[in-house]
Amino acid sequence: MLDEIFASLFPDGHEVRRDKGVILGSATLRSGGRMLVLGVADRTALGVDEAIRLSGHVLDSIGRDSGPILVLVDSDSQRMSKRDELLGLNEFLAHLAKVLIHADTNGRPTIGLLYGHSAAGALLATGLATRVLVGLPGAEPAVMDLPSMAKVTKLSMEALQEKAKSTPVFAPGLSNLAQMGAVHMTWSNAASLADQLEALLANMPAARDQRDALGKERGGRLKAAEIAERVRDLALQAR
Amino acid sequence: MTAPLKDVTPAERARSTSFYEASARTRLELLLDAGSLIEFIGPEQREVSPHLKIFDLPEQFDDGIVVGHGRLDGSLVFVAAQEGRFMGGAFGEVHGAKLTGLLRAAREIGTIPVLILFDTGGVRLQEANAGELAIAEIMRAVMEARSAGVKVIGLIGGRSGCYGGGGLIAGCCSALAVSEPGRIAVSGPEVIETNRGVEEFDSRDRALVWRTMGGKHRRLLGAADVFADDNVQDFREAALELLGLVGPFGLDRLKAEQERLAGRLRSFGACGDAVDIWTAEGIADSQAVPELPADQFIALANRIGRTSRDAR
Repeated sequence: MLDEIFASLFPDGHEVRRDKGVILGSATLRSGGRMLVLGVADRTALGVDEAIRLSGHVLDSIGRDSGPILVLVDSDSQRMSKRDELLGLNEFLAHLAKVLIHADTNGRPTIGLLYGHSAAGALLATGLATRVLVGLPGAEPAVMDLPSMAKVTKLSMEALQEKAKSTPVFAPGLSNLAQMGAVHMTWSNAASLADQLEALLANMPAARDQRDALGKERGGRLKAAEIAERVRDLALQAR
Repeated sequence: MTAPLKDVTPAERARSTSFYEASARTRLELLLDAGSLIEFIGPEQREVSPHLKIFDLPEQFDDGIVVGHGRLDGSLVFVAAQEGRFMGGAFGEVHGAKLTGLLRAAREIGTIPVLILFDTGGVRLQEANAGELAIAEIMRAVMEARSAGVKVIGLIGGRSGCYGGGGLIAGCCSALAVSEPGRIAVSGPEVIETNRGVEEFDSRDRALVWRTMGGKHRRLLGAADVFADDNVQDFREAALELLGLVGPFGLDRLKAEQERLAGRLRSFGACGDAVDIWTAEGIADSQAVPELPADQFIALANRIGRTSRDAR
């Protein structure tokens, strides 16, 4: 599946390798420019070992290359293990997100492409740390799997599955995340991905985070933008 | 409290108040200069979560977070304090948006630091999508504020710890202070056990939880630069100390962080337990670390000398 995506995204060629679930490389854009490519494949859990390679790939490129950055995501959640937590997984995931945010706000616009699964901390450190998150049909993001949710909320699996059908604010799925403003757009598999990528690059939104306004516009998050704006206005008066 | 307090100075009261046990409001009241806290969108405005009623769960009028401004040794600071006793301090739509708005203002002003008193299990699962996205927005807002010159200090010592996306936001802060009970992690013990089995992580083994995720281990790793004793005055002093230490943010910090974290993997990547890491650090009696009193532990941590200063 990933090979098909690359073929459709980068008909002019790419040098992207996949190693132990980590995607690293770069590709030629239709315009002739280059794009840095990284990501998580094969529903791999994002742990300390994967995260440090991804952040290193972006840092190596800053100052050496120019052009936008693509983050492909088909991951599990963060790797849930004693070793990863012992070594400070929160720092590794935060570091990856910080590197992506820094690149985006310093001339290297970032695009996330959610083409499979993702969840929780893995999604925060990758797709949700990009300026524009694009979904491909069939992508299956979830903040948390239902068994873990059942454990934490102390609700039965049956009750959760029932509520999941009717509640976009909590239920897994691409369309729910789109309604929240997290996923900016969903591309079509029927058209060339290269065309859709070029169209997006030609019309990138500003770097300013507008996901709360998007969520309000789409009816998924009616309060976030207003509350943030009210607090901002009050805080600005503190000067 | 009915006992007369007029002879007790604010500092004495803060010194005798457990940060872990105190409410978010008490923490702020005692952390800041007396009487200086001004809250934005306080509980009287009843901005509750619009989502909890779907689950027949009680709402709280401040949605579990206090945001506002106050003074620390006379200087203006923005503050946010999560209430770990409401829904485990979890991030929901309203809760998260309050912190996002505060950080956006801090970025525009550029000179007023932000103190975040974390106390959170992570995303509030009843509004998981909104909560997850709120955390993503906060992470971006923290980094944009830091890029504009704002110091963002995290204080971690509450009963819900700093888990899930809270751990990622903490990783974005300019500097952290942590107390022994202030756990920092992504996956909580129960979540690891549910997904991977009790052999991977026994969530009922409290000693294992503390030494893997607790404040002492995070201080020894250098993830937190200051270790605070569990009282509000110690956190106040830690915040003042960190505000004095933090320098400007830039690409060099991220490059240094890459080196710092890669070095940690090289040094400790094969360690199976926190005790093995502490032994590898040259601590002779590493088994005794969890029992060390704060002053002795601080001396030990300073001797080991791991820090994330200028490298985060």
